[in-house]
Amino acid sequence: MFGAGGGTNSYREMEETDLILLWGSNARETHPVMFLHMLKGVRRGARLIVVDPRRTSSAAFAHRWLPVRVGADIALANAMGRYILREGLLNEEFVREATEGFERYREAVEPYTLEYAEAVTGVPRELIAATAREYATAPRAMICWTLGITEHHNAVDTVFSLTNLALLTGHVGRYGSGLNPLRGQNNVQGGGDMGALPNRLVGFQDVEDPEVRARFERAWDCTIPPKAGWHLTAMYDAMEKGLLRGLYVIGENPVRSDANATRILRLFRELEFLVVQDIFLTATAELADVVLPAAAAWCESEGTVTSSERRVQRVRKALEPPGEARDDLWILQELAGRLGRPWDYPDAEAVWNEVRELSPLHRGMSYRRLEELGGIQWPCPSEDHPGELFLHGRLWKRPVEGPRAPFMPTHYEPPVDEVNEDYPLLLTTGRRLYFFNTGVQTALYRTPVPQEEYLVLHPRDAGRYGIAHGDRVRVCSRRGAVEATAWVESTVLPGLCFMTLHFPEKTPTNFLTVDAADPKSGTAEFKATAVRVEPVPRGRVLVEATREGAP
Amino acid sequence: MTRKLQVPLVTAEVDGQRVQVPEASTLLEAIRAAGKDVPTLCYHPVLEPIGACRICVVEVEGSRTLVPACIRRVEAGMRVRTDTPRVQLSRRMVVELLQGSVDTSLAPDVRRYAAEYGARPERWEPFAQEGPRAKHAPKVDNDLYVRDLDRCILCYRCVRACGEEVQNSFAIAVAGRGLAARIDPGFDLPLPDSACVFCGNCVAVCPTEALVPKTQFEMRRAGTWEEGRQQVVTTICPYCGVGCKLNLHVQDNRIVKVTAPLEDPITRGFLCVKGRFGWTYVHAGTAADPGGGAEPSTPPGNL
Repeated sequence: MFGAGGGTNSYREMEETDLILLWGSNARETHPVMFLHMLKGVRRGARLIVVDPRRTSSAAFAHRWLPVRVGADIALANAMGRYILREGLLNEEFVREATEGFERYREAVEPYTLEYAEAVTGVPRELIAATAREYATAPRAMICWTLGITEHHNAVDTVFSLTNLALLTGHVGRYGSGLNPLRGQNNVQGGGDMGALPNRLVGFQDVEDPEVRARFERAWDCTIPPKAGWHLTAMYDAMEKGLLRGLYVIGENPVRSDANATRILRLFRELEFLVVQDIFLTATAELADVVLPAAAAWCESEGTVTSSERRVQRVRKALEPPGEARDDLWILQELAGRLGRPWDYPDAEAVWNEVRELSPLHRGMSYRRLEELGGIQWPCPSEDHPGELFLHGRLWKRPVEGPRAPFMPTHYEPPVDEVNEDYPLLLTTGRRLYFFNTGVQTALYRTPVPQEEYLVLHPRDAGRYGIAHGDRVRVCSRRGAVEATAWVESTVLPGLCFMTLHFPEKTPTNFLTVDAADPKSGTAEFKATAVRVEPVPRGRVLVEATREGAP
Repeated sequence: MTRKLQVPLVTAEVDGQRVQVPEASTLLEAIRAAGKDVPTLCYHPVLEPIGACRICVVEVEGSRTLVPACIRRVEAGMRVRTDTPRVQLSRRMVVELLQGSVDTSLAPDVRRYAAEYGARPERWEPFAQEGPRAKHAPKVDNDLYVRDLDRCILCYRCVRACGEEVQNSFAIAVAGRGLAARIDPGFDLPLPDSACVFCGNCVAVCPTEALVPKTQFEMRRAGTWEEGRQQVVTTICPYCGVGCKLNLHVQDNRIVKVTAPLEDPITRGFLCVKGRFGWTYVHAGTAADPGGGAEPSTPPGNL
């Protein structure tokens, strides 16, 4: 944010801040060790406020839980902003000296009265006001979020609605104050930093900037397309139109992990050529023309990954990969050679040293220093630089260093998939502690809870649809139907239900989800699917719920 | 920015040697600052000291009783003696009482101290045999870690790691009194029916293998656990984006255990269930693949 693609704080600041607003994240289960830092903070007196449609295990540790309606986060944030303005709790000096676009923001939040917000979000107005007041007046405060914010059709706007709050109160750019997207995989951050985004080159540098491109073209002796490429959703649209006919998938299982799986399966089957590089024959790999067996990156190869606090750390080879599995780097180099570009990197460190040449953020991070310091947080521009604990300290320089941070006015829009008589419940998705994503890694250890998908349902709705705890139920959306076991409890509000994506072989939840996506990020609205739930009579077998979803 | 506060120093004397340490340091810290050491068992570098085991006792001039070094704060002018005959006798007794009541054969620290102080636990044999603590079968009620209470020295490290100092699950505590005291998740429940979330942080701090990963437990039984042949490689956890450092303990090209380095400020040695136990997929489809799943028991995501 504000030109840098990473969380602004470090974990240790969570232990010393005064308030943590955990928004759309169940960090207790999804980022357990980070949550321990938050709990240390709580033990030292920080307030923890959780905003989530579910009363999650994180909410159980919170001083306050705001039960926001799914997808109403912008209305909630804007109402907080308006209340902070009305009460004069904004940081006027910071807004005046370090930001721009404030007047537009003030106008944008004007309609978001507490009354309106209560009606839209379901959060009682007193709780909105109290939260706004505490956030604005805390000496230091952090907002941390995950996919509850970003898996919406208006994901980017929802993030903006949070960054606006930080700008309004000056809660960014200082020790213990900031904005932190908690990354869901061990190298989500690093993948983006390395340019695995359609609009970025290595070092999060803009591919549409001619100067940046010229530098890379010199280093790589090639021509780089001058326009940003397609993000995931745009790639699917291009596949739909026949513009994209061949695909090379590395370490991902999109036919299980992407929304509206029926469509994804069709698009994958229509591809002229599919290559999948993975450690297992995943559902996606089963569709491939060529499967390249890969080594497990984190324990069978050398390299680096980058964490949610922007810390680059070394992964090391502990095992010889089995059979013919090969290191990703080896595979890519062999492939490049056969495509007429003989790359010659003797090892992962050589690749890393090229990253350091091309990315100012990483320049000072030699393997030796990464080893000595136990990882380094970017930016680290030179070998005598220790790395940055927190970002955007520049906003507190007077006059402010570099560009001002812009307010980005946003407006509430309900989720795309509408709840109606036929689909009266809203299904939201997330993770559970013991499992991970499509279960490729976690299906194979002996968890103390069964490897089984549950539909978490409020007792009122269970009663209404004749479902008892433990019943098998059929969950239907406008796009498909799956079976799961009912788990009846009031951690979800009436009208809301919850599932994960962890057990796609038995319960392919993504046959339900909607592929309406954010136009800027390309992320689908996994968090809001209108569904209907019905009991499954004993002994009945549903064809739709079996492997591959459909014959 | 972080501010380094100036903490006043206090001066004390350890075995006749002057030492200056920050105010509110413990005697243990002062002793180590003086380049000396005392034995510890219940003390753990990343947990708060509780002075339970009494093996770290020292003599403090003017104090009637021996003083636990791990928990007592240094005072200006204190004179500490770390290795007097009285201290040695007390430490020998502590070791003997532990060895006389539980199996310390897999507790390297206890065994080292036993040798150092000439412990003769057989002196206590007649008393120990009457105790109700004798001979529990190891509790194997899940596939991730085993509780072998016959090895437990009641150092409380696991209870502290499970509680508010680290994990905040509060799944275990000491139940019973005297010789019946034991670590328990309540009502002798199996762990999968308790509040346990299987992070294994209790296992990580156990000094005696009373809590032990099931792989290690089984390999020991099979006689294949050979620590001397294991390499430890530090890498990063393959799951979420926190970036926990993992120590992979590797024997014969197989991961046999995962721990976290104590000195890593991100984990301080503590992990979650996926990081500590979720690595078996790496060996999927090979001969020693544990495979399969456990029986249903606890609700989803219940902490």
